[in-house]
Amino acid sequence: MSPREAYVLLEDGARFEGFAVGADRPAVAEVVFTTSMAGYQETVSDPSYAGQLIAFSFPQIGNYGARADAMESDRVHARAVIMRAAVDRADAPGAVAGWCEWLTAQGIPAITDVDTRALVRHLRDAGSMRGGVFPGSVPEGEARALIEAEPAMSGRDLAGEVTPAETIVLEPTGAPTDRAAVRIAMVDTGVKRSIVENLRARGAIVELHPCADDGAALTASHPDAIFLANGPGDPAALGHVVATVRSLVGKLPVYGICLGHQLLCRAVGLETYKLPFGHHGANHPVKDLTTGRTEITSQNHGFAVLGPGGARTIENDEPVRWETEFGAAELTHINLYDRTVEGLRLLDVQGSTVQYHPEAGPGPNDARYLFDRFVDEIAAAAINH
Amino acid sequence: MPRRDDIHKILLLGSGPIVIGQAAEFDYSGTQACRVLRQEGYEVVLVNSNPATIMTDPEVANTTYIEPLLTGPVTQVIERERPDALLPTLGGQTALNLAKALHEDGTLHKYGVELIGADYEAIDRAEDRERFRDTMAAAGLRVPKSFIATSLQNAYDALPVLGLPFIVRPAFTLGGTGGGVVRSEQDIDRVVGAGLAASPIGQVLIEESVLGWGEFELEVMRDRSDNVVIVCSIENLDPMGVHTGDSVTVAPQQTLPDRLYQQLRDQAIAVIRAVGVETGGSNVQFAVNPHTEEIVVIEMNPRVSRSSALASKATGFPIAKIAARLAVGYTLQEIPNDITQATPASFEPALDYCVVKWPRFAFEKFPGAEDELTTHMKSVGEAMSLGRTFKEAFAKALRSRELDTAPGSPDGEEELLALTARPGAARFDHLLEALRRGVSPALLNQRTSINPWFLEELAELVREPGAATGPIPAAGVRTYKSVDTCAAEFAARTPYYYSSGERPGPDGAPTHEVDRGERPSVIILGSGPNRIGQGIEFDYCCVHAAETVRESGRDAVMVNCNPETVSTDYDTSDRLYFEPLTLEDVIAVCELERPEGVVVQFGGQTPLKLAAGLHEAGIPILGTSIDAIDLAEDRSRFGGLLQSLGYSAPPFATARCAEDALQRAPEVGFPLLVRPSYVLGGRAMEIVYDLAGLEDYLRRVHRGSDPDHPGGSTIYLDRFLEDSIEVDVDALCDGEDVWIAGIMQHVEEAGIHSGDSACVLPPHTLGEEMLERIKEQTIGIARALGVVGLLNVQFAIHGDEQLFVIEANPRASRTVPFVSKAIGLPLAKLACRVMLGEPLATLGLPEDDGEDRSSHVCVKEAVLPFSRFAGADSLLGPEMRSTGEVMGIAEDFPTAFAKAQAAAGARLPQSGTVFITVADGDKPAATGIASALQELDFDVIATRGTAQALRRMGIRATAINKIGEGPDNVVDRIVRGQVDLVINTPTGTRARSDGYEIRAAAVARGIPCITTISGGMAAARAITAARRSEPRVVSLQELHGTAV
Repeated sequence: MSPREAYVLLEDGARFEGFAVGADRPAVAEVVFTTSMAGYQETVSDPSYAGQLIAFSFPQIGNYGARADAMESDRVHARAVIMRAAVDRADAPGAVAGWCEWLTAQGIPAITDVDTRALVRHLRDAGSMRGGVFPGSVPEGEARALIEAEPAMSGRDLAGEVTPAETIVLEPTGAPTDRAAVRIAMVDTGVKRSIVENLRARGAIVELHPCADDGAALTASHPDAIFLANGPGDPAALGHVVATVRSLVGKLPVYGICLGHQLLCRAVGLETYKLPFGHHGANHPVKDLTTGRTEITSQNHGFAVLGPGGARTIENDEPVRWETEFGAAELTHINLYDRTVEGLRLLDVQGSTVQYHPEAGPGPNDARYLFDRFVDEIAAAAINH
Repeated sequence: MPRRDDIHKILLLGSGPIVIGQAAEFDYSGTQACRVLRQEGYEVVLVNSNPATIMTDPEVANTTYIEPLLTGPVTQVIERERPDALLPTLGGQTALNLAKALHEDGTLHKYGVELIGADYEAIDRAEDRERFRDTMAAAGLRVPKSFIATSLQNAYDALPVLGLPFIVRPAFTLGGTGGGVVRSEQDIDRVVGAGLAASPIGQVLIEESVLGWGEFELEVMRDRSDNVVIVCSIENLDPMGVHTGDSVTVAPQQTLPDRLYQQLRDQAIAVIRAVGVETGGSNVQFAVNPHTEEIVVIEMNPRVSRSSALASKATGFPIAKIAARLAVGYTLQEIPNDITQATPASFEPALDYCVVKWPRFAFEKFPGAEDELTTHMKSVGEAMSLGRTFKEAFAKALRSRELDTAPGSPDGEEELLALTARPGAARFDHLLEALRRGVSPALLNQRTSINPWFLEELAELVREPGAATGPIPAAGVRTYKSVDTCAAEFAARTPYYYSSGERPGPDGAPTHEVDRGERPSVIILGSGPNRIGQGIEFDYCCVHAAETVRESGRDAVMVNCNPETVSTDYDTSDRLYFEPLTLEDVIAVCELERPEGVVVQFGGQTPLKLAAGLHEAGIPILGTSIDAIDLAEDRSRFGGLLQSLGYSAPPFATARCAEDALQRAPEVGFPLLVRPSYVLGGRAMEIVYDLAGLEDYLRRVHRGSDPDHPGGSTIYLDRFLEDSIEVDVDALCDGEDVWIAGIMQHVEEAGIHSGDSACVLPPHTLGEEMLERIKEQTIGIARALGVVGLLNVQFAIHGDEQLFVIEANPRASRTVPFVSKAIGLPLAKLACRVMLGEPLATLGLPEDDGEDRSSHVCVKEAVLPFSRFAGADSLLGPEMRSTGEVMGIAEDFPTAFAKAQAAAGARLPQSGTVFITVADGDKPAATGIASALQELDFDVIATRGTAQALRRMGIRATAINKIGEGPDNVVDRIVRGQVDLVINTPTGTRARSDGYEIRAAAVARGIPCITTISGGMAAARAITAARRSEPRVVSLQELHGTAV
């Protein structure tokens, strides 16, 4: 079979040629790149990538096939996959299918042979933008129209596409040694399986709630804490979730990861903004200001929280404090690459969040300790309650 | 945490001579460390016995000692210099072992020297097998089941638990020396015995076999605040069982799913914490069973290693530089990433390309040696290549190896499959051939245990037309991309490039990332993978060329593919192209760079082979012209030139074929030095003594006409001047004026390759008149050739008076670094300035008025790898076989020679038993040696004939049995450790194999074995000098009056 021509077109007109290796249809969305060198399947099945096209900067993707244990949700959320050298082999130990074959079966368009480094450099300089992956048969004019029709990422509510229809309750998988199980109500804006598994492994009962649930629905089963999940889209577009969270802050401990971090921050009156090309990868250094340790983190976000005085970056490695509508917040984590806010805690009410992904999947496990910290705090609060 | 200000003076130990398992990578790491520590305001004292290193350039450290890396000399250095701290983690295993010894003998404590980087406990926990195993178990990590054995019986006892096969790893040896695999009970005595003998503490680890599992390495960095990052993961294509230095490897790892890789990462971090390496880089090796996902920790090096150098070059993360900063107190976060200049070093590099490392072997130099690859490292160098995909990087690595001849594969399928299953130097060539012939990856996986992913990729590679040989396998155009540590997430400031076949931009042109700028550039071609005859000396010269080009206001552009070197540090040049050194790849760089010229004089044979092709492509060659190179290399042209100058040369002839050679041989006269034209660097060069010997040679070596090598059937015949003294001269010439930099007299007589011979500067026995003639003829040759740059001339002095020109090489010679260190002037830099147009007269060189003002004698000694190649003869000959060199500096020749011997690892005994057996012609001369040694109270034993000759001269020599003459023969005595020094010269004709077993036994026991009379005389004088007093250490800065 001769290779099927395909191309990537960006909204600014930049075009990159390649061959189609997935579903044979156009896909349009915001184009982002990730520098993670492994974990491609975890990446595409991460609901946070809903509404995005993923370009992998690592050239060979698909080396160990598609595996049953590498899913971060029940399906692929990325709208298409852009690669330099797709590998399609089913014979790797533990593989259930070849990578391209699997993407095709999932109905996901994919393109290979693209000069992804040139594409990444373009996005780095020009910022993330809309674009698409198109079969070679689609005329460029038509492709451009499809891109124009796609709404911009800023202001988009994509959580509704990935949230469960009704609440799911999951029992712990690990027993806490010295305390009773804690009950966590998760606002599921597209939670990754690894987050849920990390909480369950530490003895938590996890309820996954549709993100439209109000405060009453979230607290109906008397949870010990609210957990705000990761997820796709612009936190500013999720006013209803922010309002729900706001109603619960101070009443129950609130924790969050990624989008959840942004939602809690907005709920206490802090602002979020869009990063030029986001953080997507598995090698960003983040400093835990409570211990002074640097950890290598898994990152996947396009928006970030503004620091004290509305600053985008923070100059010193200090646990600076700033006022929220619920009292003081203290910086707990800072990104050493671009000095943006990576985590904070509320001092006057119980709440703590991080922007990055302590659950890894894919990426390093350095920050797993955060789940211990979070669950310990929740358990301690439950006893005092 | 900021830098420590409680320490001011830091002692750094180098790794000594280049040997297998410890190569130029430690020059790279040590040089980086010296520079960084000085930038930080520390005073740096360096000890290294290897003159061919950038780190021993007098301006790199504050005080530089070229002294043996032994406790005696280093204690003297500590006594004189009183350093506050010793940094032992950047000089390989040699430095680590030495630091350990200095701790154990109380020296460090006595002088209040603190070990920084890794303390004694951490070193011991990582290096002592038993402690390591216990440490891992305590950290909850799995290691292969194993036992410590200090006797053969221990091994037999462990057998029921371990099963077969099992692995033998001796404690405290370099690159796994003496290790092996026991496949059957019958192997135990041999393999375990060798391991016990190789370990300085007589201890081996015998462990459960994980043969066939995947092998992975992680490069780990840790700082004082316990922050840890993984710089790079490396996956071996060869499964467990082959030393990682001998494996083809790829970075980053390719086949592990993320979840499993993260487990390795977690474990690597747990290992460095458990061992307790406080700061700096370490390397952790794992075996992974891809089916069960079991992980076992194999070993860890608590120091910067060969893999660290590879990881640095593969990622752009300068491990040694950062390790040095961490050792003086900085944290990773406080150190900026050079490449982005915007982000800190506390991150993990993200690659958007693939790196393949290929080992370079030299088995052809060691006939008789087993070429099976085991846990005992045998490669002499390596090439690295970068490509966007594994296939591309692999194909580039194939080109980068620079093999003299492509390995051939057998016709039979079963035979071919057997070769793929057995790890050997050409394993992957056989694998590619099998795939070409249609053998399935699945079958190859069964036979080799190589991960199917690699086999499938290689199967695709052989299906792509021209892929394995052509520069660009994919549909695309050659595009230069940068290595930036971050997969383009941030803008790179450091110009480190590789080429890749990539789709062109919208205008159809390649989208290069190279910012060429406006300044004129000069391209320096590096020396490619290290191999015997093509070593670190040439990299040293290339680095000097780059520095000189930069100082001249031009951009220095380096092209090289050797990851172990200083030249491939992105700091060395203005732009680094990490590319194979083939004509096509180099011309492509030239097309982009449009250089003012290309320097081919400094990188040894590698760039010289490209000179004619570059010239034809219209690319300017700097310095000596192509025609002059040809004039010096073409035997008839050069012969004519010598004749016109009135200089003598040994009779020679060029034969077209074997028959022609036999016919011409008598005209030239025996003995003959004979070699085929198709190989370089003394390969296949032999001395034959009669027609029968020549016939035998032609049968073994000559391969007749070969269409691939036009003129390949040519045979060179030279009269061999027996018993003559060889002399090497290095000189500079600007086309007109000539400056003699150094005259070196060889210690071994002619017939030993100059690279393997010890040499002395200034000459120790030549008269003034002879020196004048040597200078005069060197000047004459330099002018006649029109040399612009460096010239090396080799002479032979036959009898008392006759001077013969052996050859002239208008390029950097192997002795350039040695001469530079001896005379205190940077010869390669001066040559480069001449090549860039400066006349000699303006360089401010000292005038030669015939007076010898040198206060010291310098001896260069070669280091030979025989202990690595069981089965190969340790005899020196016209074919070069040394891997490295050391230098001894002292006020007199015997002391300098003794220092050089000690530095080379063949420390001469000061008392004991000497065994002498020499050829008949050598017997009179041997008497002098024997009598000198007897006066020093040595017991002299000898074979019957030699003993008789000695006794006649009044020496009390005891006769002992030859091999086969009965019990208690010479080999038995050597094996039992009853002999301390062996002097064995081969007999004249074809008896060169007679002493083979004696020499092999001596090499195996690490007993100095001298194979020439002149070497024996020098040894006797050196022992006399050493008995008088311990040689004093002296710094280069004192020597050349530049001490501050």
